[in-house]
Amino acid sequence: MSGLRFEIDGVEIAARDGQTIMEAADAAGVYIPRLCDHEGLRHQGGCRVCTVKCNGRSVAACTEPAPPDAVVENETPHINKMRRDLVEMLFHEGNHLCPICEASGNCELQAMAYRLDMTDPTRFPYLEPCRPVDASHPDIALDTNRCISCGRCIRASQDIDGKGIFGYVGRGIHRHVAVNGPDLAHTDATIDDVAVSADVCPVGCIIRKRVGFSRPIGERDSDHGLIGSNAKAKADD
Amino acid sequence: MSEPRLIEISPVTRVEGHGKVTIHLDADGNVDEARLHIVEFRGFERFIRGRLMWEVPVIVQRLCGICPVSHHLAAAKAMDQIAGVDRPPPTAEKMRRLMHYGQVMQSHVLHFFHLAAPDLLFGFCAPAEKRNIFEVLKEHPELGRRAIMMRKFGQDIIEATAGKKIHGTAAIPGGINQNLPIEKRDAFLKDLADMEAWALDALALARNYTLEHMETVQNFAAFPSHYMSIVREGDGALDLYDGNLRAINQAGDRLFDQLPCEAYCDVITEDVRPWSYMKFPFFKSLGPDDGWYRVGPLARMNTIDFIDTPLANAARDELIAANGGVAHAILANHWARMIEVLHCVEKIRELLHDPDLQGTELRATGDRRFEGIGVIEAPRGNLIHHYEVDENDQVTYCNLIVSTTHNNEGMNRAVKDVAIKQISGQPEITEGMLNQVEVAIRSHDPCLSCATHALGQMPLKVDVIDASGSVIASRATDS
Ligand code: SF4
Ligand code: SF4
Ligand code: FES
Repeated sequence: MSGLRFEIDGVEIAARDGQTIMEAADAAGVYIPRLCDHEGLRHQGGCRVCTVKCNGRSVAACTEPAPPDAVVENETPHINKMRRDLVEMLFHEGNHLCPICEASGNCELQAMAYRLDMTDPTRFPYLEPCRPVDASHPDIALDTNRCISCGRCIRASQDIDGKGIFGYVGRGIHRHVAVNGPDLAHTDATIDDVAVSADVCPVGCIIRKRVGFSRPIGERDSDHGLIGSNAKAKADD
Repeated sequence: MSEPRLIEISPVTRVEGHGKVTIHLDADGNVDEARLHIVEFRGFERFIRGRLMWEVPVIVQRLCGICPVSHHLAAAKAMDQIAGVDRPPPTAEKMRRLMHYGQVMQSHVLHFFHLAAPDLLFGFCAPAEKRNIFEVLKEHPELGRRAIMMRKFGQDIIEATAGKKIHGTAAIPGGINQNLPIEKRDAFLKDLADMEAWALDALALARNYTLEHMETVQNFAAFPSHYMSIVREGDGALDLYDGNLRAINQAGDRLFDQLPCEAYCDVITEDVRPWSYMKFPFFKSLGPDDGWYRVGPLARMNTIDFIDTPLANAARDELIAANGGVAHAILANHWARMIEVLHCVEKIRELLHDPDLQGTELRATGDRRFEGIGVIEAPRGNLIHHYEVDENDQVTYCNLIVSTTHNNEGMNRAVKDVAIKQISGQPEITEGMLNQVEVAIRSHDPCLSCATHALGQMPLKVDVIDASGSVIASRATDS
């Protein structure tokens, strides 16, 4: 196996040829924040939360091939500030009422906001979109008020489930996730057809019905440390 | 002869639920009409439509920062029915009950020590600088310390059962999402003896005050009314969490009894008046003029047959005897509240010794229904949550009757009663007078008090307006 080396924030990382910066970092237990990327899905490079500086140039760590001998900056105040701005804008684009959201505590967007110390979400105007909940399906509901257009569901649906139930429609700011029918009930999708999409959705948008708040406070994903704080343990596994 | 005047008392600061009082004077300076205006909760009833049924118990508790558990549980009870569950498993019901007793305890303690004690200890006409919790702490430090510890005990119970001190998530349709670990149970058991002793002392304070000031108590905004609450199924005992509806008239005769809560619409309807956003519920059989009623701790003492915990039951017998039957004196609510605090402590003890709290069957399921009505006795009184949910699990209809709404007519009458006695014919409006109006409202413990009374004070603005609409006098109390 051929390999190469580079460093992230002074830590030397060994990478295999063909790995992205993020894959190599994950394998070494170094966490790079991310929202659209997900293990097992093809990379999209859409959210830019994983932006790092590679020899001074901004790149998306989830798509950028690991660079031989490069100096990569990850957790600098400047980069984290930019990431925070991106996350903040996601909150402003949708309707995120965390206190009443069943994903609260299990949500990567919320967790990222905590990690990036987003304490004041009111710098930008709220767009307050009006998006009705699609609860037409007996087992799944879609609350796109919370969708961050990460595209994970689309890639899961196309590449893993092979169903193509989710896709983007619209352009520019109006681009959003939709299902391939007038509503979920008319897609003929079963819960199994969308299981992976629901599992990879980082927020409370693709919901399994009747689960709600059955996981108590204290046992939710974010109740045991900031998102990414288990990167080392995961790499060691 | 002077122009007719309008006196407006309007709290300036508030967080949720705000009220203002308008006192209309006739040309001779006598009180013509007095009205309490409070913001409604209709916004929630509209906002909740389209939301998914399992979100409801978490969403609606945001109505209130002081007794969110009541809304959480009333909504969960309604959602049990929608989930097709008539009775959640014993562990779930007992966890919810524990949560509720913790909540009633902390809410009553807050009201009594922080909001009412300054008036009771220093008198209604004491200067504003005196009538606050800081003065109570200064002059009665041990009392203040106990108040804080009792409130904390109640809040810790809520945290252990609901997941958070405020706005937890534990009650889910058909059950609960956690049980009580033994370590937490044991920590609570350690504090119980103190809680019981302090609850008895607080009860004695409220009781003695009432008995020593019986004349004031009997005269201050005291007037007969009907009362309603839920009572325990079968034996009519006090049950704050579950039961059937009972109403009594002024003399104590039953207007209806053991009526399943689902049938509330058969006996209660709501009147709308153009000057208030808040509806006026009344008993259908008696009509809007005679059919109004009150709810709350004192109402419960009147409606129930007995309390199933011995200390609280003895205290309730004494309250009823001292009032010579049905108690109409609004200030006796303080006494009733402390009886309920004691009852909660006794109930918490009973529950903590029940191994069902460590059970693992947390949730039941059943055949989906489309309507659910959850009724509970909140600290402030009866609370009704009524929902319809469609086949997609989305809420299509919501009606909430909160305690403050049940008491709307009663509060208006209390305000008018005090205004007539205090303000009619007076050339000048003093702070003492305004405070008495405020006390009449506060004795009903309306939701607006939790916000405006956080520091034991209710900022008021009074405008005296003549018939032409110009302000001829103005008075503000903001400290
Ligand atoms: S999806 Fe996440 S960020 Fe959005 S409301 Fe829910 S918990 Fe909050
Ligand atoms: S539905 Fe979920 S997974 Fe799909 S784009 Fe929106 S946030 Fe991402
Ligand atoms: S995680 Fe790399 S762009 Fe979204």
